Amino acid sequence: MSNGDIIQIRDLCKTYRVGKVDVPALRGVDLDVRKGHFLSIIGPSGSGKSTLFHIIGGLTPPTSGKVVVDDKDLSAMTDPERTRMRKRTVGFVFQKFNLLPNLTARDNIAVARYIGGSDAKPEPEFEEVLRLLGIKDRLDHKPNALSGGEQQRVAIARAIVNHPAILLADEPTGNLDTGNSKTVLEVLRDLNRRLGQTILMITHNPEAAAYGDSTVHMRDGRIANRT
Amino acid sequence: MRSLLSILLIGVPVTLILCLVGLSRGFIEDSQKRARGIGADILMRPKTSSLLSLNGAPIPSQMIAFLAKQPHVKLATGVVNVAAEGVTLGATGINYEEFIRMCGGFQFRSGGGFQRPDDVILDDYYASQTKAKVGDTITLLNGKWHVSGIMESGKLAHIVMPVKTLQERLGNGGNVNQIYLKLDDPANTNPTIQYLTNIPGLADYPIYSMEAFTSLLNVNNIPALAGFIAVVMGIGVVIGFAVVCLSMYMAVLQRTREIGILKSLGASKGFILGIILSEAFFLGLGGTILGIIMSYGAAALIHALKPASLPMIIVYDWWPIAGSITIVGALLGALYPGLTAAAHDPIEALSYE
Ligand SMILES: Nc1ncnc2c1ncn2[C@@H]1O[C@H](COP(=O)(O)OP(=O)(O)O)[C@@H](O)[C@H]1O
Ligand SMILES: [Mg+2]
Repeated sequence: MSNGDIIQIRDLCKTYRVGKVDVPALRGVDLDVRKGHFLSIIGPSGSGKSTLFHIIGGLTPPTSGKVVVDDKDLSAMTDPERTRMRKRTVGFVFQKFNLLPNLTARDNIAVARYIGGSDAKPEPEFEEVLRLLGIKDRLDHKPNALSGGEQQRVAIARAIVNHPAILLADEPTGNLDTGNSKTVLEVLRDLNRRLGQTILMITHNPEAAAYGDSTVHMRDGRIANRT
Repeated sequence: MRSLLSILLIGVPVTLILCLVGLSRGFIEDSQKRARGIGADILMRPKTSSLLSLNGAPIPSQMIAFLAKQPHVKLATGVVNVAAEGVTLGATGINYEEFIRMCGGFQFRSGGGFQRPDDVILDDYYASQTKAKVGDTITLLNGKWHVSGIMESGKLAHIVMPVKTLQERLGNGGNVNQIYLKLDDPANTNPTIQYLTNIPGLADYPIYSMEAFTSLLNVNNIPALAGFIAVVMGIGVVIGFAVVCLSMYMAVLQRTREIGILKSLGASKGFILGIILSEAFFLGLGGTILGIIMSYGAAALIHALKPASLPMIIVYDWWPIAGSITIVGALLGALYPGLTAAAHDPIEALSYE
């Protein structure tokens, strides 16, 4: 069944229940993403972008529809199975960086390796990635001693240290100034070009979206168009 | 900060347990040492007396002369025991000449034996506790006494006075609480006890060899004490449990977002629970260590203030017991916060401010 698409989504629906009210976040999403693609996702607030990422990343189960990520069918997965797939299949980058505040950058990366089931020290090739990210000499600092741009690049390093099939970046430049945004976006493009890393990136900013190979627009829990 | 406070709170009951056990043991060892220091082979106690009660039904003093005439008995002397301060510190009235012959004499640090009817001899523990010196007049048992000598501790009691004076002041009509017998040869102890218990008039009096008596002195033979220790241990577990439960619950709330981060990295429920439990383990361990350190402080303090009334010792063999109880309490306390953390929804945890 594998046809080179690392993500296949058919008629995906997700409804949150808040008290007694059903909140539909996704209302029938169809999406295919090829391996090695850099896809930007753009759309108004509340259109379901983050929810889509949370489902692809196994943080929450779909309500209905089919979601296949890296040949794994998420709709049939149990909770522990989704936990296991988060270790190595996906890597998250968030708007708020979400580094562990008490650990150095190096240890933040090591924790991800450890949870992913490898020994805490990254393999030598990872040095190359750290150089690409430009944080090699900032690794012994804790997050509060790093600039926003550096924190986000550490978060990217952490997200890809276990070689995930997909990197999911939810508004990675949302908290950064123009200069730092540019650095982070270039880093993502480099990872995609040089290492073939599949990337999905949510953004509000059309200029940022232009770094991707293609862009999908979301509205009201559906994909409005793809360019 | 939160951890340090928790460790301190967990340490307090550990110290309490160790002090309590240390005091009971110390008291018993002190009593045993003093009982051995008497130099007697056989002890006779009043009818219906419990092991440690000092004021049991008295024995008529004619009994002393009667026992002294029995075969193998070289020497018999009677004493009157009274509680001088609480239950742990007793004073004893002795017949000085008889007692000296039995125990081989007191080692005086200063002063000497009784010269006056109201004389009292203190041991060095009690003297240092009360700062009394030879020649001082002290108040004991609602009366005034004149300190004639300070002796090395380890003979019979911390405080001794002439039995006649004590009997008069107590108005107990010349009765004694205990009679000590010294034999011609310690090897005759058991046959002599056999012989004495078969004398019809003595049937009701418990007669022990000193060896048997001192070995009866232990924590389990003091019914209230074993129960009390159990209660304090229970309190220790509950406090350890409650402190860790609250502390870890706070920690879980504070770190909700971090738990979400770990979950987004693929950490399982067991992993999160493990983190919380291992932190609780270290809190329990830290509390135990601090409790042990504080028990040394308490022992030093007690030794400086009340060496005679409260002879506390350090009970090493209770360290692992107190430690495991505390750690089990801590782990149980961390279970609920740990399970709560493990069950957090990762998306909600990540959006937690
Ligand atoms: N955990 C949740 N519980 C309830 N409602 C949610 C939850 N997450 C998202 N929603 C709702 O789902 C809709 C889509 O949200 P989201 O995926 O965050 O949109 P976007 O990322 O595009 O801003 C919104 O109406 C939002 O309120
Ligand atoms: Mg969003």
